[in-house]
Amino acid sequence: MRLSLSCLTKPIIHGYFRSSCSWRVRIAFALKGIAFDQVPVNLIKDGGQQFTEQYKGLNPMQQVPAVQIDGIMLSQSLAVIQYIEETRTGHRLLPADPKKRAQVRMISDFIASGIQPVQNLYVLQKMGAEKVQWAHHFIQRGFEALEPILKETAGKYCVGDEISMADICLVPQVYNAERFKVDVDQFPTIKRLNQTLLKVDAFKESHPSCQLDTPAEICT
Amino acid sequence: MSSKYSPIIHGYFRSSCSWRVRIAFALKGIAFDQVPVNLIKDGGQQFTEQYKGLNPMQQVPAVQIDGIMLSQSLAVIQYIEETRTGHRLLPADPKKRAQVRMISDFIASGIQPVQNLYVLQKMGAEKVQWAHHFIQRGFEALEPILKETAGKYCVGDEISMADICLVPQVYNAERFKVDVDQFPTIKRLNQTLLKVDAFKESHPSCQLDTPAEICT
Repeated sequence: MRLSLSCLTKPIIHGYFRSSCSWRVRIAFALKGIAFDQVPVNLIKDGGQQFTEQYKGLNPMQQVPAVQIDGIMLSQSLAVIQYIEETRTGHRLLPADPKKRAQVRMISDFIASGIQPVQNLYVLQKMGAEKVQWAHHFIQRGFEALEPILKETAGKYCVGDEISMADICLVPQVYNAERFKVDVDQFPTIKRLNQTLLKVDAFKESHPSCQLDTPAEICT
Repeated sequence: MSSKYSPIIHGYFRSSCSWRVRIAFALKGIAFDQVPVNLIKDGGQQFTEQYKGLNPMQQVPAVQIDGIMLSQSLAVIQYIEETRTGHRLLPADPKKRAQVRMISDFIASGIQPVQNLYVLQKMGAEKVQWAHHFIQRGFEALEPILKETAGKYCVGDEISMADICLVPQVYNAERFKVDVDQFPTIKRLNQTLLKVDAFKESHPSCQLDTPAEICT
């Protein structure tokens, strides 16, 4: 039996179907055409599988995603995305022009640092009964700031006319916005971009509704 | 010597995100002007219409550079890395670069935003407990990572964006009474870095807008 090298060297994404950070990484791998294996980490079951000693040994940050690639373990979705950008060919995930690259990072960071962490699972569990209000507030506030920025930078996509890391961050954040009942119609640029991107294969095939670990009742 | 073409950093003396950018500019040897934005006074100057026009995100820092406005400290830092020569802020090796970004992002996304001013103001009386909890938890995760990656500095033996993120976070840890002695690698790195000129001259204790009672 012949084993191809890719069987031995395929990256592994440890993630959760609905984790927006995991989704970002899945989108990026799909855009680059990189095959990968997935190991589901259920963030809810058994008190959260990210807290097991085994997972902690893999990723001391006890969060998803954690990616095994090229012999190292990497976490933090934007670090992973920029790593595959710098080591693989295929679709550019960041523009060539430094000012546009900076705008892509600015938008990506605003979502990945400014919005998502304040409404991630761990924080929401601490908020208890107020969690929906809390998440709604921060996403609403974040989108109110993001809309005018995107209005300036966007062409067909978040920055100009090429899909970039900014788009990769936006779509999962809109998914979260909808989960927490933020009315995205208030943000026409965000709405338009999201609708356009959801038609792109890499975004569709990586969608939370159709992952290995998506519960049957959510699968489409 | 700064000129009318110097970059302008709109920031606050004690904002860790502003401090990161000041460190980076200092490491690169880039002169800049500063416009203080007082995050507390008058309900917070970041919320004025004027500042909102400059930076809709209503946060600091906002940096005017090369004819554009940039916010998000790591976007600014990587922009000056890619457009200016001088001290490398990210290693040449892609795996080490990824580790630098991973550590930087863990601090800049995983710890700082959950204990920034706006969130703490919402926590009210519980703010110190809240900040303490998240920084403690963050450092418990970061210590073993840094133990693997660190040489003289966070990743190997060259100062990088990871170090730029670490020091302001340790400053915050001390503000919220986290005992940094529990984290020997973090402690050692912080002590080493605080002796470096770029970290000293950009320190919150000696900025344009540092209140007199804090100045050293």
